[in-house]
Amino acid sequence: MGALPGNREEQPLRIRHPAFRMDVMFTQSFGTAFELIATLDAQLFAIVGLSLQVSVIAVAVAAVIGLPLGAFVAVFDFRGRSAAIALLNTLMGLPPVVVGLIVYLMLSRAGPLGPFGLLFTPTAMVIAQSILVLPIIAALTRQTVADLYGEYTEQLQSLGVGPVRAIPTLLWDGRYSLLTAILAGFGRAIAEVGAVLIVGGNINHVTRVMTTTIALETSKGNLAIALGLGIILLALALAVNAGALFVQGVAQRVEGG
Amino acid sequence: MSKLALVIDKPFEEQSKTAPHDSILPLVLDGVCFDINGHRLLDRISLTLCHGVRTVLLGPNGAGKSLLLRLCHGLLQPTTGRIQWSDNDSRRLHKKQAMVFQRPVLLRRSVAANVAYALAVKGVSNDRRRPMVARALEEVGLAQLARRPARVLSSGEQQRLALARAWALEPEVLFLDEPTANLDPGATRLIEETINAFHRQGTKIVLVTHDLGQARRHADEIVFLHRGRLVERSMAAAFFKRPRSDEAKAFLAGELLD
Ligand SMILES: Nc1ncnc2c1ncn2[C@@H]1O[C@H](COP(=O)(O)OP(=O)(O)OP(=O)(O)O)[C@@H](O)[C@H]1O
Ligand SMILES: [Mg+2]
Repeated sequence: MGALPGNREEQPLRIRHPAFRMDVMFTQSFGTAFELIATLDAQLFAIVGLSLQVSVIAVAVAAVIGLPLGAFVAVFDFRGRSAAIALLNTLMGLPPVVVGLIVYLMLSRAGPLGPFGLLFTPTAMVIAQSILVLPIIAALTRQTVADLYGEYTEQLQSLGVGPVRAIPTLLWDGRYSLLTAILAGFGRAIAEVGAVLIVGGNINHVTRVMTTTIALETSKGNLAIALGLGIILLALALAVNAGALFVQGVAQRVEGG
Repeated sequence: MSKLALVIDKPFEEQSKTAPHDSILPLVLDGVCFDINGHRLLDRISLTLCHGVRTVLLGPNGAGKSLLLRLCHGLLQPTTGRIQWSDNDSRRLHKKQAMVFQRPVLLRRSVAANVAYALAVKGVSNDRRRPMVARALEEVGLAQLARRPARVLSSGEQQRLALARAWALEPEVLFLDEPTANLDPGATRLIEETINAFHRQGTKIVLVTHDLGQARRHADEIVFLHRGRLVERSMAAAFFKRPRSDEAKAFLAGELLD
């Protein structure tokens, strides 16, 4: 399997180099960032595209599981429910490298899912990010749905709506808050590096995404490119958050909160 | 029993003859008690609610009126005692009752969708829902606001929407918990007109109110609660003319009860 690309021992970090100048680097990297975007650099597009693709699919998978799961925990009173809530909340802060390691072990040749040969593929990255994002979406969904259910419970009971039927109702009525939860999950997925690096391997043209490229280019001393990508990443995160705010704003105005 | 004068007559139980053959009424409460954390909030309530009679629950704040309404509607279970409809099928019981809460709970959807949702839950097919929604909104004068998000309505309009939702369900029994608290006189009048329309349709009205004028206008019988006890049950005219219990006298005289 070999050492992971971007290993520090191969490529000493050049940040301490005497010639290193912060101001120059910033000007350069902004220049590089705009150059990268302006020239529609094909490789850059492939990298940004894969990042988006992996994270969007991972978030979609996490949402399909996490929304009903969170709603279930919110609506049903079962044994060990508080433990489940505590677990979900704890897992929100799951370290990406740990998720990466676990998925790596599952997918590696000797692991239980080894025969599928998924290690170092985009699918592996999707799996890892889904696991990373699932608790975030599930925990935020549980909170949203629980608050809503507190408000609705007597009315729903009066209409003859049982807990099973209540779940889709509550998910729909919490749609704006839940969209924010999903966007939070996306922000986490697109920005993490540990999990995708471990299970994807940062293979050029195959599993190289923005964050792993930043890590690699930084370690190679190509700070301008690294920062340029960092700026694009930030811009994406900004766009997502702006989208979340916009959705909330629309919800407030249109739906009366 | 106790020092409380328990004054009860059974003025209307005869009237259940007019009830439809598949009626879920009368509703019989037999020695119903309701405790929370060892506090007895309702104490040995025995009461029969009959078809065709508008029942108004009166009593000071904290008397247990809302709790009693919730128990009747099945939102709460009595700690001891029995609550018995004349039908045992819980699905049918659900479908034949509706409740309007003091603070209306509306879904985060359009006005029309709120009514349609209740019908969908009841099992009304998609194509039959639309005219029923339209008629219900027409009934409460909200037809023009059908597409507006329910949560932006004024509180009077929200309460009317809650009534429209109940209207669409065509309940045999309608529980109303202070439906006009905090509403202006115009909005109150609109709500009261709808309550009258329910009554004309043959819906049994069980109304909690602090508005004595409203109680006079809508009550056939009064059930007076005080500190979790049923203290007096009388025909409305008699109750307002000459209440028999000291608590009801004091209540009508506007004295503070404790
Ligand atoms: N969940 C609860 N936990 C503890 N006490 C409660 C609960 N619900 C109601 N109570 C108590 O039960 C008593 C009766 O409450 P209820 O809401 O039925 O009064 P009410 O007659 O409807 O009063 P109001 O006219 O103010 O609406 C009150 O003293 C209230 O504090
Ligand atoms: Mg009350």
